[in-house]
Amino acid sequence: MQMPEPEARILSRKAEIVARLEAALSPGAVIHAEEEVRVYECDALTAYRCPPLAVILPSSTAEVAAALRILHEERVPVVPRGSGTSLAGGALPTADSVILGVARMNRVLETDYENRFIRVETGRTNLSVTGAVEAEGFFYAPDPSSQLACAIAGNIAMNSGGAHCLKYGVTTNNLLGVTMVTMEGEVLEIGGHALDAPGLDLLGVICGSEGQLGVVTEATLRILAKPEGARPILLGFDENEVAGACVSDIIRAGVLPVAIEFMDRPCIRACEDFAHAGYPDVEALLIVEVEGSEAEIDDQLAKIREIAARHSPREMRESRSAEESAAIWKGRKAAFGAMGQINDYMCLDGTIPVSALPLVLRRIGEMSRDFGLDVANVFHAGDGNMHPLILFDANKPGDLELCEAFGAEILKLCVEVGGCLTGEHGVGVEKRDLMEHQYSAADLEAQLRVKDAFDPRWLLNPAKVFPLHVTAGRRMAA
Amino acid sequence: MKDAPYAAAESALAGEIAAAHEAGEPVEIVGGGTRRALGRPVQAARAVSTASLSGIALHEPGALTLVAGAGTPLAEVEAALAREGQRLAFEPMDHRGLLGSSGEPTLGAVAAMNNSGPRRIQAGAARDAMLGVRLIDGRGEVVSNGGRVMKNVTGYDLVKLMAGSWGTLGLLTEIAFKVLPIPEAEATVMLTGLDDARAVEALSAALGSPYDVTGAAHGEGRTLVRVEGFAAQIAHRGPALARLFSPFGKAEIVSGEASAALWRGVRDVEAFHGREGAVWRVSVKPSEGPRLVSALKAQGAFAALYDWGGGLVWLLTAEEGDAGAALIRAETRARGGHATLVRGSAATRAAVEPFEPAAPGIAALEARLRAAFDPKSILNPGRMRG
Repeated sequence: MQMPEPEARILSRKAEIVARLEAALSPGAVIHAEEEVRVYECDALTAYRCPPLAVILPSSTAEVAAALRILHEERVPVVPRGSGTSLAGGALPTADSVILGVARMNRVLETDYENRFIRVETGRTNLSVTGAVEAEGFFYAPDPSSQLACAIAGNIAMNSGGAHCLKYGVTTNNLLGVTMVTMEGEVLEIGGHALDAPGLDLLGVICGSEGQLGVVTEATLRILAKPEGARPILLGFDENEVAGACVSDIIRAGVLPVAIEFMDRPCIRACEDFAHAGYPDVEALLIVEVEGSEAEIDDQLAKIREIAARHSPREMRESRSAEESAAIWKGRKAAFGAMGQINDYMCLDGTIPVSALPLVLRRIGEMSRDFGLDVANVFHAGDGNMHPLILFDANKPGDLELCEAFGAEILKLCVEVGGCLTGEHGVGVEKRDLMEHQYSAADLEAQLRVKDAFDPRWLLNPAKVFPLHVTAGRRMAA
Repeated sequence: MKDAPYAAAESALAGEIAAAHEAGEPVEIVGGGTRRALGRPVQAARAVSTASLSGIALHEPGALTLVAGAGTPLAEVEAALAREGQRLAFEPMDHRGLLGSSGEPTLGAVAAMNNSGPRRIQAGAARDAMLGVRLIDGRGEVVSNGGRVMKNVTGYDLVKLMAGSWGTLGLLTEIAFKVLPIPEAEATVMLTGLDDARAVEALSAALGSPYDVTGAAHGEGRTLVRVEGFAAQIAHRGPALARLFSPFGKAEIVSGEASAALWRGVRDVEAFHGREGAVWRVSVKPSEGPRLVSALKAQGAFAALYDWGGGLVWLLTAEEGDAGAALIRAETRARGGHATLVRGSAATRAAVEPFEPAAPGIAALEARLRAAFDPKSILNPGRMRG
């Protein structure tokens, strides 16, 4: 992965920069010893590593502002970091950058059930937001699979989704307001508690900007009343195409499941070997979950059975209890772990129009043969967000490069059929160099101008999202 | 999209805007013209019509997606969706009745003003349903952002930035929407005779229940909560909500077309149609809505209607002096909310800032963004704040 050359003027001033940060922050908030900063050399995309110049862990918005004022003055790049669970290298440092971690800022600031929101510091983990409100019968809807560890800061930066976003939307649809510190150290209140905000929708463009427009330190999130209950049905088919058509028919019929998950044969096999979930021996498997009262669930599952029956399913297994639901979900939830047991893998994240599903699965199968690498498919079928897992051997010279080339071809295919490079993981460094396949020069230029407006010196989260050659002129001039 | 019926029209308009940029000549972007009396009067010598950007380029019912030109009449889009049993779930308001205007509202205006009705509380706003846009910026360059798939985090989300920018950042040419199925049945659970504070308590109780409420409004002595879904679901949720409401009074359940008519009324602020005066739209925390209104009523004559569980307040007041601007803004801001003048004479709209003024840091950022998209301020100048 090509990264910008670290600037000698910054590396040579490390001691002074560290001293200034230490003077401005609470004791213990600045980490600069070589062996200690190494902990922050990568996120969940572990193939790329680079220790940062230093790491700061502020405890308040005021401290974040104080630190950013110094770093802006010193013209030091800043890499914001939540919990470091990015699969796209969204928090990969450069050698001349300072990591700004919000992990110590994890308090709940306000819960308001009457008005249905919670305000938190953004170092708080996703799952613990729901944890703070579930006793009152509420939950926070976006549920990325890393929700036990991932921070709200990262969720906002990447506009994270999850398995249930077909019904509840992604982060941007559940975010009401933020406190954001600009690179200059100015504290801005954006949005608020209401369901709309005055002026331009700054909140909308900040969410998903991968930490390149500002550092979000506090967030007001919508919380929703928990449904009465939820239960899945498992459907098995002889062909991927048929399973795809069944998904489309379910959606058209007006049933809006909270989740429709799809697994293909290689994935089903791996999950069976690993989790022994008792999945049927079929080409394609769907898990469709609906919500409501017991009677409502029965009624909706009956409708889904009726639709599925028209597609000659090999298996229809409706959950009747919490135990049966857990058994149906067991394999799916173990999917990534299962693949990790048998191989190294790379997880892709492209989204396609649901109608293109059969074509894309067929083409991936053909490419798999051409590249000589196996692929297992598991994804959120209702919204077309695919997660092909390409299996490779990290110890085999050239295999990672081959895998990356294969991945790039799959993502280009996603764009070709009307989809996009990334549905929920973000561009980061991983897909940076593919951006020109999705966007024209004018399309990218419009995005770069937004960056100019927020961060004129181009210091925030360097070398992410855009190909380096596209941003070179701006970075040099800044 | 490639091969869209309005592709040539987009190129022609881009040429027109490029020429206007070159000459430094401001233009007013006009769709159906039904909301020209909303916001500040635009300072432009001529209008650019989006009428040529008309047509549905793609509707995939099985993928819940529709892509159409910005000049497409909303009615045409809704009819095409209805033929497949689908709709725009965010329930955009028709402003003709309130503003006394005529013409056909277009899809572009719905997007440009982030026009969202009662179902905003459950299905999200227009901006939440917008999957992608194409636009012509103030230099005449065509820019595409987002796409036509439901989950997309590829690059910055300019789609949201365009939603609610009132044509001041770019002329929208095409919008891709997520659409949803029209449920089999709907019902409204109605309470009567509650005062505003008690009504919002009832709405909060409903919104805090597991019954997936899709509308929560109060006005004219009626407190309304809507549920939608399969007939069997509605048969369960309607009575369940009526039971939940028992501390507030005996609830009546209205279904079918009678229920739909009630929500058209809420959506279009029907209670204020044909009544003289300035109309303001205020956003606050739901629990603050009734407190705001009672503070205002203590200082002047105001009529109020509530939507979004109490968080969206429509105010009618005499159009004298500043049409209540200073008072409404002070009381709203004290509660962390914001206010927009939706109906007022041209003189009032020129004298009063129709949009909530921004805090200094935000105003500077907005100005930089405007300059980035439209360096010579030729697109709808003066229309929005800033």
